[in-house]
Parts: sequence; structure tokens; C-alpha cells
Amino acid sequence: MNKKSFGNQLLAAPHVVWSVIFIVVPLFIMLYFAFTNADGGFTLENVKQIGLYKKAFGISILYAAIATVITLLLAYPMAYFMTKVNISSQRMLMMIVMIPMWMNFLIRTYSWITILANTGLINTFLGKLGIEPLKLINTPGAVILGMVYDFIPYMILPIYSVMSKIDKSLLEASEDLGSNAFNKFRRVILPLSRPGIISGITMVFVPSVSTFYISQKLGGNKTMLVGDVIEYFFNAGPDYYNVASAISMVLMVMILVCMVIMNRFSDDDSEGVII
Amino acid sequence: MKILSRLYIALILFFLYAPVAVMIIFSFNSSSSVWVFEGFSTKWYEGLVYDTTMLTALEHTLIIAVLSALISTVLGTAAAVGILAIRKKVASSLVMSMTNIPMMNADIVTGISLMLLFIFIGNLFGLNESLGFITVLAAHITFNLPYVILSVMPKLRQTDANLVDAAMDLGCTPFKAFFKVILPSISTGIATGTIMAFTLSLDDFVISYFTCGKYQTLPIVIYNMTKKSVTPDTYALSTIIFFVVFALLIFYNMLQSKSEKQAAVRKVGAK
Repeated sequence: MNKKSFGNQLLAAPHVVWSVIFIVVPLFIMLYFAFTNADGGFTLENVKQIGLYKKAFGISILYAAIATVITLLLAYPMAYFMTKVNISSQRMLMMIVMIPMWMNFLIRTYSWITILANTGLINTFLGKLGIEPLKLINTPGAVILGMVYDFIPYMILPIYSVMSKIDKSLLEASEDLGSNAFNKFRRVILPLSRPGIISGITMVFVPSVSTFYISQKLGGNKTMLVGDVIEYFFNAGPDYYNVASAISMVLMVMILVCMVIMNRFSDDDSEGVII
Repeated sequence: MKILSRLYIALILFFLYAPVAVMIIFSFNSSSSVWVFEGFSTKWYEGLVYDTTMLTALEHTLIIAVLSALISTVLGTAAAVGILAIRKKVASSLVMSMTNIPMMNADIVTGISLMLLFIFIGNLFGLNESLGFITVLAAHITFNLPYVILSVMPKLRQTDANLVDAAMDLGCTPFKAFFKVILPSISTGIATGTIMAFTLSLDDFVISYFTCGKYQTLPIVIYNMTKKSVTPDTYALSTIIFFVVFALLIFYNMLQSKSEKQAAVRKVGAK
């Protein structure tokens, strides 16, 4: 349907007004807060203070990057194997992967405490085997595990949906032209599934780098991520809104830059594939 | 190879569902521990009926989810028709990028920027409590909109524009033509958008956390509970929610396969 009449265009008006008020204006208010002090005067103090949270930014990026790589390594074979079963099972599997995604992530994260705690299920089990309890909870590993667990469906689904659309005749053609299994994967499947990988990486990295719940529950408040810093300041009261806004701005710009780089990647490669 | 791939799928599913299973099992624990299973009991489920904090929060969550899903469906469907009708490429892509911001931005940034807006407006009118029902509803509509638009738009693109002309030639007003011709052909897209908006709203924690004030939704209450020590009643509630979402997804899946079947029938008919 592409009836381009003036009357139809007006139907977008309420949405445009809504988006300006609730998406664009708030970002400018955040910008305003970031560059003013509590009295409303212009200052660069908040931006300068961000230097103090270099470590939080560094750890957030590091953990989110590790979690994203692990998620990709786990999800890619899963998505590939999912395309190998028959159609009705594929539907089923997709649903089964999706269900935890719709479940409250607070609880999903919290259940890991039951599993990982010093007196949790794994250590109880190890104790019965006569093995010393392991320190699992409140470690960086637990935080990364939480990120991988919470966001892995967002990696599996886009890769699966791109892979399931790959034309089977391309695979046959590469076989006819003498490719072995490895080359078929490297030259056909991997390049064609790249758009799915790109969107999976963004969908895992963005929530991981900005999380504050996972680190609080599984990292035991020892690891301060950027999200924790922001949340801490906003709870500390209106006096701290300015510095928290500045940190949020930097986080937003950082994510934006990552996305632009990622999109550059996918564009270049899809062109490469067509050529 | 086949066995290995099946095994791998099974392992990933085990990883996905182990915590869910733990949650369901411990929701039936007869003691208040979430570490040691001491016996089967449904007392935590029975207790939920009397937990007014939780019931109020559930009511809030459902009100917000239903209202935000409905409003964003109406706004979003109209917007999808409108955006496709915009003649200038630059203008329509500008509107689309603006629409997509909440989808791409980190939830914490969206939540905070909205909170600052609401506090700013509140100060303007000299209100003591600027956060509450209206603000959390507005926030949910905002993050639901892109999902509705993105589910309706592809269906609109597939609809033949000539059908509208034909309907109007046959005497329909443009308004009637929309309801008789376009709406039925995009109905599955609209339904997908509504269900998605509903589930997203039901599940949202981060954005609600910054915008809800005292109007606490269920994820907020769960968050406050997990701050203290968790008892199996949180798990019991989550188990119930899990099965509700499960049922919704099955319903959604049935809806989709029905529309696929209809499409297949249409194709056969065309031949």
C-alpha cells in the first residue's frame, strides 16, 4: 500500500508529536543537566568528573565484550543446528528459546543465586561428592554468566532467522563447485549469516554494558558497572542528577559509536556478498 | 553429526531452562528457604492471594500493560499508515530514526531521560509528586510504539494500493475503505504489535523503575523483594507469570500459523 495522499500523512502527526515530546525533548533535558550544576548554571564539572568512573566504564565494556563473545560462540552453533531439524520442530525450538526471553529477568537472574551460592545447588552437590565448595557467586565470572544467560536468546533468534532464509541451492552450488564442509561454511554460510550476527551482537552488547541488576545480584556489589554508578547517583537525590546525566550521556554516545561501527561492518560486507 | 547436533541443542536448552526449573521447584518448597528443598507444599501460592502489595502491583502492571498496548497500537498503526504516505524520503527516514531511538538506546538511558522530563514538567506545575500512573503509562507507550510500527509496516507494504481505489470507485468513503479493505489485510500485523507491546510492558523493569514513583508495578515489587532475602513466594508469583506468558506465546504462535495458512490458501486460490 503506498497511497501517498496528504490526508494519510497527517495520520503520522500524533506519533511525531508524541516522539518529539517523549524521545527527543528528554534527551535534550539530559544534555542540559549534564552541562549545568544544581543551580542551573553552565559548567563542565560533571563532564570532568566522568574521569573518576573510568574504571566502571572499562569494566562494563570488558565484561559486556566477553559476555558478547561467549554468547556468540554458544549461540551460533545452536542457530545452525536449529536450521537442520524439520520445520515443525524448528517452530517449537524457536518458541522454547523465546519463552525465557519474556520471563522477568530479575527472577531469572535471581535463580542463579540459588544455583551458585556458597550453600547453593552446585556446592551442595560437590559437597556430597566430598569436594571443597567453590567460590562461584560474587565473582566476575558470575556477572558474565548472568549476562550470557539473560541475553542469549537475543543472539540465537536473529542468527537463526537469517540462516533459515539462506537459499539451499547456494549450498548445493558450492558443493558442486568442489567445496568441502569447511569451505562451504566459511565462504557461504558465514558471510550470509553476518547480518544476523551483527544484530545479535548489538542486542546482547547494549543491555550488557548498561545493566545494573545483574552486577548487584551476582557480583555482590563488588563490581561497579556504569549502570550501577548511574543508578546509585539517581537514588542519591536531585543534587546528583547532573553528574548522573553526564555519565548517561557518555554511555549513550559510547553505545551509539559502537552501533555506527557495527553497521558500517554489515553494510560493507553485504555489498561484498552481492559483488 | 546428527546426534552431536541434537546433544548440543539439548545442552543449550538445559542451560536456558535450569534456572527456570529451579524457580518452579523451589516455589513448592514447604520451608521458606530457596536453598534447601524440604518438602512439597502449595502454601506460597495460597499466601499470594492475601499479599496485598503483590496483588496491587499485579493490578497496576495489568492496567499499564493493557492501556499502553492499546494506545500504542492505535497511535502506531496510524503512524505506520502516515509514515508510508510521506512523500519526502528524508522526512520519512527522519521520523523512522526518531521512532527507533528507544529501541536502540540502553533502557537505563531511556528511563532516566524520561524521568528528568517528568520531573521538569512536575516542577513547572509545582507538583510535589511528579512520578506516578500517568508517567509510567507514557513511558510504556513510548517504548512500545516502535515495536507496533515495525510489525504493522511490512503488512501495509504488502497491501495493494489499488484495492483502496477499487473500494472508493465502488462508493466507499476513504474512511470506510480503510476499515473495509486495509484494516482486515493488516490485522495480523496489528495483533502481533499489540501482543508484543503487551508482553514488553508486562516485563519491563528498568524504564518503570525510573518513571513509576509510588505507582509500583510487579517487576518493581519483585526488585524490592530481591533486595531483601527472597522467599519462595516470589518464585511462586514468577511461576504463575511464566505460565501466563507461555499461554500467550502459544496463542500468538497459533495466530501466526493461521495467517500463514490463510496466505497459503490465497496463493493456491490465485493459481
